[in-house]
Amino acid sequence: MLDSAPEPVPAHSAAGRGAISILGVTRIFAGMIPAVDGIDLNIEAGEFFTLLGPSGCGKTTLLRMIAGFETPDAGRILISGREMQHVPAHQRAVNTVFQSYALFPHLNVEQNVGFGLRMKGVPKAERKKRVDAIMDMLQIGQFATRAAAQLSGGQRQRVALARALVNEPEVVLLDEPLSALDAKLRAELQIELLRMQKRLGMTFIFVTHDQHEALVMSDRIGVMSKGRLQQVGPVLDVYEKPRNVFVAEFLGLSNIWPINPRGGDQAETPIGTLQITSSIGAARMAMIRPEKIWIYNDNAVPDDKPNIFRGTVREAIYMGASTQYRIELTTAPDNFLLALDTNNAAAERSWRPGEAVAVEIKPDNIMLIEA
Amino acid sequence: MSATNPPEILARVTGKTAVQTEARAKSFRLWITAGPGLFWVVLFLLVPSVVLLGIGFFASNDYGQPTMPLTLGSFQQVAGYSLLGWDDGNIIILIRSLAQAATATIVSALLSYPIVFFIMTRPVSVRPLLLLLIILPSWTNQVVRTYAWLELMGPNAPLTAVAHWLGIVPPDLGIAPGSFAITTGLAYNYLPYMIVPLYASAERLDWTLVEAGRDLYAKGFRLFWHTVFPQTVPGLLSGVIFVAIPAFGDYVVPQLLGGDRSLMIGSLIANQFTETPDWPYGAALTIIMLVFTGAGLIAFRILTRRLGGAGEATI
Repeated sequence: MLDSAPEPVPAHSAAGRGAISILGVTRIFAGMIPAVDGIDLNIEAGEFFTLLGPSGCGKTTLLRMIAGFETPDAGRILISGREMQHVPAHQRAVNTVFQSYALFPHLNVEQNVGFGLRMKGVPKAERKKRVDAIMDMLQIGQFATRAAAQLSGGQRQRVALARALVNEPEVVLLDEPLSALDAKLRAELQIELLRMQKRLGMTFIFVTHDQHEALVMSDRIGVMSKGRLQQVGPVLDVYEKPRNVFVAEFLGLSNIWPINPRGGDQAETPIGTLQITSSIGAARMAMIRPEKIWIYNDNAVPDDKPNIFRGTVREAIYMGASTQYRIELTTAPDNFLLALDTNNAAAERSWRPGEAVAVEIKPDNIMLIEA
Repeated sequence: MSATNPPEILARVTGKTAVQTEARAKSFRLWITAGPGLFWVVLFLLVPSVVLLGIGFFASNDYGQPTMPLTLGSFQQVAGYSLLGWDDGNIIILIRSLAQAATATIVSALLSYPIVFFIMTRPVSVRPLLLLLIILPSWTNQVVRTYAWLELMGPNAPLTAVAHWLGIVPPDLGIAPGSFAITTGLAYNYLPYMIVPLYASAERLDWTLVEAGRDLYAKGFRLFWHTVFPQTVPGLLSGVIFVAIPAFGDYVVPQLLGGDRSLMIGSLIANQFTETPDWPYGAALTIIMLVFTGAGLIAFRILTRRLGGAGEATI
């Protein structure tokens, strides 16, 4: 090969079997703004990593570059410490589960699952053994001789997964594999997929636009927008400590206000003065998740606590396990507050529209974000 | 009871039951839609075939016209029996026609794939133009186009000179007349009829399957064979029918590019109505040719149905 000497791999890059290093990767489609714009990302071996973002954010393009279907215009991708620049898709120890499943319509389930091993030249006897084992594991053995067209969505998804896993790849790439399924089946398969990943210990890179799915499944999440990574971190951090407004809003419901420092631990917001714990520093916004807001009866307000606001319930949406309230604050009639109350055994009561309530925004639960 | 839908209203007016009226409306719709097609088939396929079949059972007079008595003589003649005993001439012509049709079909299919994929990978705006360029020649007269090939492949023609230089054709002979010239002429003539249906199915190609193939370690020909080819089978099968059937009975190409030693069934039939008239014999030959075509189509349908998931030929 006419390769120049490989560039040194930065010391911080991940290098174990199944680890992925993405170094300054950019992809620009002709005449358009960059689909992927200078992304740096390390994914550890055996990690369940999710790329989360709205459609068009570049997450699928990034996944396709890891698979080898797209070539980066700049930057490098290393899989298991190996430079991938000149390694075509069919030589990468990476398998993809496609959104549309992409099962071969002229082959039956067994042949679909065994396709990769057949192309690799694995002897027939071993192939059969491995295909049978994976079909058992995914409970699709009874469909072995059926055509893909004769299967339900959930079954097709299992076949697509089996077809990838049977090759024992270092990395499994999943491009919104559950998005075509109904809610119940989807929830089942999320858990099953997660168990499968923990059991096999392969690196999974999962692409989704569904924040709930990302929270349920991932070890770490990378939130993408406009071709850039907005935040990378463990599920808890990304949800509880969003770095910017985009991440805060994309991961769930939130109350976000611009803030002006008033000295010490006080900050001015559109709903009034808020007491906060830390110093504001460079922060420009304050955020609190609806489930972190305490709701009291109007006449049972604890006087000794900071950040108590009075208001009226304008909307109560019952959602089964919880109820979501829109509360109009007396101090700032233009600003509604979103609050979420669980309907668990300990819940004292629920509120009806028109009722006067008081809410408590505990300083500990306020997150300060920069932009 | 209030009548709200048309059949019920009509039923009240005509005094017939709604079910009867409904059945009538249905049969009327059927006639309106299927009628013209049926009329066409009956008038231009069924009636002539029956007439031909009839003529085939007559004897032939001195001018080759059908005459009494009724006889099976012409069909026996088709099978190769004559006053001089059995002769393999007709069987050879039939086999040669089938072989020429098969070769022309295979050659046009092999040429079509690269052409179709070339067109498909061009920008959307130029694809219709390229397709038009493929179809355009078939709008001119087949005789003219075939003569053009004769000008290229006949004795002392440019391609013949090349063939002489390469030593694949003996000196002082042309490529035409000959079997190779016929194959070339047939494949050239019917190529658009292979390209168009193939293009239609290739245009709907699901490229994710190709990516899935690459993802699962396939490349080169195996990638094509396992991911692209199965998706083009419906188009290919349509193309096979569009090319094989007319090529089998073609008259112009073998007449111009073939000699007496590469006679095909189309020319043989034509001869019975022109040079050496024998209408009953020509009719019998035509009927046999129709039987072969029909049997071929039926066999083809069964075969493609058995392929199942690969899709049926859409004629």
